[in-house]
This record gives sequence, C-alpha cells and structure tokens, in this order.
Amino acid sequence: MASVDYTRAAKYFLLMDILNGFRMGFKYLLKPKATLNYPHEKGPLSPRFRGEHALRRYPNGEERCIACKLCEAICPAQAITIDAEPREDGSRRTTRYDIDMTKCIYCGFCQEACPVDAIVEGPNFEFATETREELFYDKEKLLDNGARWEAEIARNLELDAPYR
Amino acid sequence: MAEFFTSNPLGVLLLIVGQVLLIVVPLLVCLAFLLYADRKIWAAVQLRRGPNVVGVFGLLQSFADFAKYITKEVVVPAGADKFVFFLAPILSFVLAMIAWAVIPFNDGWVLSDINVAILYVFAVSSLEVYGVIMGGWASNSKYPFLGSLRSAAQMISYEVSLGLIIIGIVISTGSMNFGDIVAAQDTGYGIFSWYWLPHFPMLFLFLISAHAETNRPPFDLPEAESELVAGYQVEYSSTPFLLFMIGEYVAIVLMCALTTTLFFGGWLSPIPGLPDGFLWFFGKCVLVFFVFAMTKSVVPRYRYDQLMRIGWKVFLPLSLFWVVLVAFLAKFELFGGAYARWMIGG
Repeated sequence: MASVDYTRAAKYFLLMDILNGFRMGFKYLLKPKATLNYPHEKGPLSPRFRGEHALRRYPNGEERCIACKLCEAICPAQAITIDAEPREDGSRRTTRYDIDMTKCIYCGFCQEACPVDAIVEGPNFEFATETREELFYDKEKLLDNGARWEAEIARNLELDAPYR
Repeated sequence: MAEFFTSNPLGVLLLIVGQVLLIVVPLLVCLAFLLYADRKIWAAVQLRRGPNVVGVFGLLQSFADFAKYITKEVVVPAGADKFVFFLAPILSFVLAMIAWAVIPFNDGWVLSDINVAILYVFAVSSLEVYGVIMGGWASNSKYPFLGSLRSAAQMISYEVSLGLIIIGIVISTGSMNFGDIVAAQDTGYGIFSWYWLPHFPMLFLFLISAHAETNRPPFDLPEAESELVAGYQVEYSSTPFLLFMIGEYVAIVLMCALTTTLFFGGWLSPIPGLPDGFLWFFGKCVLVFFVFAMTKSVVPRYRYDQLMRIGWKVFLPLSLFWVVLVAFLAKFELFGGAYARWMIGG
C-alpha cells in the first residue's frame, strides 16, 4: 500500500498555500508602489543613455561635423547617409546628413566613431511620431536637436569623459 | 394615491418598474466602483498603481471604460450565427441581473419575497452557462469554442457542490427563503450566531466553488488569456463584450451577496446591541468582494485536471458528507440546536 504523506495532506486541506499567498498578498498590498507616475515622474537616466540623435555646434556657432563619414561607415544598420562638398571658405562640410530613425538600433557606434563629438545620442527618448516619414531625420532636424539639448548633452559628455 | 399603485394595473406596473430600477441602477453604479476596486487591489499587490488618471484617484475609470465600449465598432465574425451571437451576451447579462430579485438587502427590502428563493437563484445561475456556451459556439472560431466547452464542464461541476453546501444551510433553517435564513442567524450572539461558525468548513468550500462558478481567477480557465486568449469572449467587441463583462461581475457580486446572506447574517449587526441595517449587508458584501479580489491577485491559475479533481474528488464528497452530518445534528438537535433553527414548523 502506498504511504500517505499526512503533513502534505493536512497542508492541502487546511489551504496552507492559499493562506500563505494571502499573507504575502497583504504584505505587498501595503508596500510603496514600485512603478512611477510616468508622464509626471521619470526615472533617472545614466549620462551614457543613448536616445535621440543630435548634431552639435561649437560655441561660436560653427557646426562640428567635418563630413569624415566614419559614422556612416560604422553604422551597423546603415541608417546614416552623408553627402559632402567643400564650402566657399574651403572647409569640408556636409550638404546632407540623414538618419533613418526607423533603421537605427541605438548602438551608439556613431557617437564613438566621431572624432569631433559632432553626432551624439542625447537623453531624449520621447520622440514618437504619428507618421513614419517624420522619423527620417535630416541635417536641419538633427542640428535643431543639438540646439535644444546642448545643455544636457554637454553635461552628460563631461560626466562620462573620465571613463572614455 | 396609494390605491393607484396597488389596484390600477398601470400603477402596479410602474411600481414594479420603479422597484427594479431601484435595484438595478445602484447595483450597476456599485459595480463600476467594485470593478475599479478590483483593479486597484490587483495592482497594489503587484506593486503597481492601477488606474489613477480618470477622475480623482482614477475613480471614474469604469465610466470612461463604459463610454469607450459603447462607442466602439461591433465586429461580427464571418460565419457567425448572428442571432445566437448577439443573444448570448444579452442572456448572460439578463440572467445575472434577475437573480437579484430575491436577494434581501434589509429586513423586508426584497423585490419578490418568494419561498423558493434559493432554488430560483440556482436555477438562474445554472442558466448562465448558456450565455457562455452560446457565445463560444456562435463565434464560429476555435478558441471561443474551447473556452465555452471548458466553461460548461466547470460550471456544471461546481454547481453540484455549491448546491450541496446550501442544502446544509436549508436543513438548518428549514426554509429556502433568504429572509428566513437571515432571521435564523439572529440568535442574540452577534457575529457568533451566524452560520459561518456552525457551517465553518463549508464557508471555504462555498467561497472556492463560487470562484469556480463565476469563472473567477484562479479558476478562470474559460478565459485563460495565456492559452485561449480570452476564451468565449474572443470574438466579442464593443457593447456585447461589455454585457458579458458586466454579467460576469454582477454574477460575482451576486455570489458575494449570497455568501453574506447564507454565512454572514445578511443585514444583521455583528455586535449585539448595534442596530441592524442595509449598511451591514453592504459592508459584508464589500468585504467578501475584497477576498475575491485578493484571491485573484495571489493565487495562480489551476490546471484543468486539477480543477476537475478538486470539484469531483474533494468538494463533492466533503459537501455530501457535510449534508449527512448536518441532517444528523439537526434531527437530534445536538449542540444546543445550533443546526436546527427551524423557522417553519420545527
């Protein structure tokens, strides 16, 4: 005859597991919430956070990008397209700098590759759009982002500099 | 004026419609807030915040959902049996609502004071399974069909033990009238004179069976979103879905009201000396609903064979044994007649 595990049977009939569950449930019921009130509250972001791209300018207003195309070369998703020709003053600048944000995988290689800290991934992650076309960023949009997020970007780069 | 409502057919009709509205409207309003409470408790146990945007603390969330449901498009699947497809949610809503006709909210506050109230409630809640089966079948889709098959077997299985548990109460009281059942629990000891004490183990059996009967987690196998998406509700959208959902929740609240009436003395006050009243009934219902909500949050879903095993191999023998025991205790009026509080004859 098969032996009966009386302890287990007693636990089963006394609903021990359910009662334990309830005890845990009550414990957690009164705990502070782990989630944030998202649009009003936001979690902390690392200075290394890789969000929306931005093209930066020097403090004198000159754009940093020198059209070396290293970012275009390293981009694993081939999301970056660059055209360049010499400007009137002889310096080499981009005439076209497009990022297809629908292709981008936010790996941050473009930022790593850039010798002049021109293309960076900023702290902004809330750039959802209603149409796909709006996510095909051009140079104007990227420079705009640079202007808007320069303070945060500069701060993040400075904080991260000792580890680079 | 009073004569108009008692003798004139139109007056009687108006009186009945008025009484029905007096039950249905507050019930649905309460339901909206219970739904909100359900979600809030569920969220709190999982350390989430739950709905908190619509209205103060999100209190109006259910009303926003209601507006959303009724303005959505009604999608009818190709090949669906249209008549049955739309009949199913109406049936499940109506059947859940009409059971409330015999629930006493206070001494004498009952729409129809019939002597077979318990039989009526069980007849109606047995019919509820038809809404589910018809919905699953008329959708002409496999997951709803599987969900409705599960539901049919589940609801029938647990109806059996639910009925047997209630037989014990009926034996103790000697009446099937809810008013009598509550009155029989008024022996002057407050909370200790209610049926939960003499019928103690059956309280848990009843609560668990009520979960299974109303397809409530942990026995929500007909819906089982991880396996069947949403069971018999898969193909429903908009108002028909809303009707299914309200029907389901009304059935759950009905089970809370039944538990309150059968085991917790309905409108009776738990402390001797305090006045009895509707608020006690309401408070007890809310407490039982809280238990339902907590169970949903902490207990994982049962497997189908476990569900059937518990139903037929544990609950049925236990409740059957209890009926025999109670019959014995009542016949010889043991334990000071705790099991023989006959309201009629005796």
